Amino acid sequence: MSDEQETIEQFTKSEYKWGFTTDLDTDFAPKGLDEDTVRFISAKKNEPEFLLEWRLKAFRHWLTLKEPTWPNVKYAAIDYQDAYYYAAPKEKKELLSMDEVDPDIRATFDKLGISLEEQKRLSGVAVDAVMDSVSVATTFKDELSKQGIIFCSFSEAVQEHPALIKKYLGSVVPYTDNFFATLNSAVFSDGSFCYVPKGVRCPMELSTYFRINAANTGQFERTLIVADEGATVSYLEGCTAPMRDENQLHAAVVEIVSHKGADVKYSTVQNWYPGDENGKGGIFNFVTKRGICHEKAKISWTQVETGSAITWKYPSVILRGDDSVGEFYSVALTNNHQQADTGTKMIHLGKNTRSTIISKGISAGKSNNSYRGLVRVASKADSARNFSQCDSLLIGDRCGAHTFPYLEVSNKSARIEHEATTTKIGEDQIFYCNQRGIDTENAIGLIVNGYCKEVFRELPMEFAVEAQKLLAISLEGSVG
Amino acid sequence: MLKIKNLEAAVEGNQILKGLNLNVNAGEVHAVMGPNGGGKSTLANVLAGREEYEILSGSVEYDGQDLLDMAPEDRARAGVFLAFQYPVEIPGVGMSNFLKTALNDMREARGESALDAMDFFALIREKLELVNMDEKFLSRAVNEGFSGGEKKRNEVFQMAVLEPKLAILDETDSGLDIDALKTVANGVNAQRSKDNAIIVVTHYQRLLDYIVPDFVHVLSDGRIVKSGDKNLALQLEEQGYDWLKNESGAAVAA
Repeated sequence: MSDEQETIEQFTKSEYKWGFTTDLDTDFAPKGLDEDTVRFISAKKNEPEFLLEWRLKAFRHWLTLKEPTWPNVKYAAIDYQDAYYYAAPKEKKELLSMDEVDPDIRATFDKLGISLEEQKRLSGVAVDAVMDSVSVATTFKDELSKQGIIFCSFSEAVQEHPALIKKYLGSVVPYTDNFFATLNSAVFSDGSFCYVPKGVRCPMELSTYFRINAANTGQFERTLIVADEGATVSYLEGCTAPMRDENQLHAAVVEIVSHKGADVKYSTVQNWYPGDENGKGGIFNFVTKRGICHEKAKISWTQVETGSAITWKYPSVILRGDDSVGEFYSVALTNNHQQADTGTKMIHLGKNTRSTIISKGISAGKSNNSYRGLVRVASKADSARNFSQCDSLLIGDRCGAHTFPYLEVSNKSARIEHEATTTKIGEDQIFYCNQRGIDTENAIGLIVNGYCKEVFRELPMEFAVEAQKLLAISLEGSVG
Repeated sequence: MLKIKNLEAAVEGNQILKGLNLNVNAGEVHAVMGPNGGGKSTLANVLAGREEYEILSGSVEYDGQDLLDMAPEDRARAGVFLAFQYPVEIPGVGMSNFLKTALNDMREARGESALDAMDFFALIREKLELVNMDEKFLSRAVNEGFSGGEKKRNEVFQMAVLEPKLAILDETDSGLDIDALKTVANGVNAQRSKDNAIIVVTHYQRLLDYIVPDFVHVLSDGRIVKSGDKNLALQLEEQGYDWLKNESGAAVAA
């Protein structure tokens, strides 16, 4: 055993020497990250022993890992000791109705244009709102529970359905997976849990809005979605955050289990604060999203990424079962000094597995946008098929677009197609629109939305509309 | 409606227009002809406000306003329309979405309310017939994969929908076979009225058999060197442009 391993072994086996007291009235975990922090979070949430153990194992593993340097992004080193790892809104009590939600918190939602009541009444979307790590409101739960569907905050699921959590947590993204996922496993604060039982088609789009509100609070969301045999569910996640000056770390994990014949659609519109036009501030977004498909199952990721100073994200599908299907539709827009390194991994293990990748990158300002995708076909994956299309659109001449496709094919019957294009929005396209009375900003919106059409049509209707507006807003002032 | 005085313009440092004068009144159709490189397309692009064209001197008054001071979209909203010689493709943007955006942006600028989907489609169906185009065409992306003839018909179709006061057709006849030429011409003729004016920029006389102009001008070496009625076009068809070069050279020398 090497010295290093020995040290770790000792460390992990040693009794907790310093003792641990939890001040349950404290709303912040002490600044910094050590085992105390992990225990504090677990204790705050009144978690069962197995979960604390899991967190601690993750934390100890994390200490052995180094932050990855392969992504095509640059940022100042993150001081993981200079952040809070847990923050709860004050006044945490059982809420019987929306009226009981803290008016300040509701005002924040209103400013963001998302009134829960509106959501509740008009759109028929069940909303589980996560404000600074703790769920403050859950709606439509009764209707869902009639069908046996569980849709609640992760913390609640830990209390109410510990067996399901124990069975599935880390089953797709193990706590050893990667630097950020391991960090998340140690200190995750809250998130969403969804379970759809056998043969049930979830009657509504499930939606979670994430917010980052308290200064200097890292956010570590954890989402787990399980669709049992033959179940169908469509899950929406939308994010936005108020202006902020300091960089904020965000390392979320999403796990999806799609059992035999199940169909899971996961859509994201991500609009976190990207920093100002000089590159100051903005969210660091390091996300691990992965799903596993059993026989004849399907997982479809659709993402529209317009926010964050740094995006590091590769929603992936492990096609374990025969005849399973994975899809990835992505629009990633970067402006000003934003950096995005995003893409997907399609891992073909089963026979006749199929995957589709449609990636649309848009770069403006001085931003950098990279597509990074892996298609792996294992030796037993007979007749696997993949189609990839990676397009880059440049606006102006100070931005960059990069494509890093990786192919690992170990089965001769595989059929892999890859198409890639890079185009610039032409002055003549804009002038053509101008000449028809459309101003330059609208013209760019029109051209960009046309370019992203293949992805937008995969989004649920209300999200597609939101996404189109978001692109236009994100590109404001990018040409001129 | 349009008063161009001593207009001088350059593109990429080369002076193309060298003191051009032209007056166009409502209800008139003017044909601007001339040899290649004479400045026909430059004139069309300068009027539409294309950025690459630098105005060196002179003035353009449109409806009492200083046209050269207006942004391209403001010119369009004020009723200036350019049928492009080479219409550009805009992938993924459907024709009907494009036209609806254009029309409603213009209506908004004029203080009118936006057309709803029903009224909009009623309007464009009627205009499609003018240029003999199928409704399926509306669901295609702007100019994407269009044949040369389809692109030109599309320009005239847009002109019909947007109903400009001053339309400039830049070589709308180029690359068209005779049937397509007739279709395009019929579309344009249907839009002639006492309230609007049309400038037809063309190299060949044959379009003028179908769109009969009130005035014909010859633009050569950046200036209008000769003006006349429709018979001038026929004379040009027979004799070419060379005799005019000599004539204008003589005029300058004198």
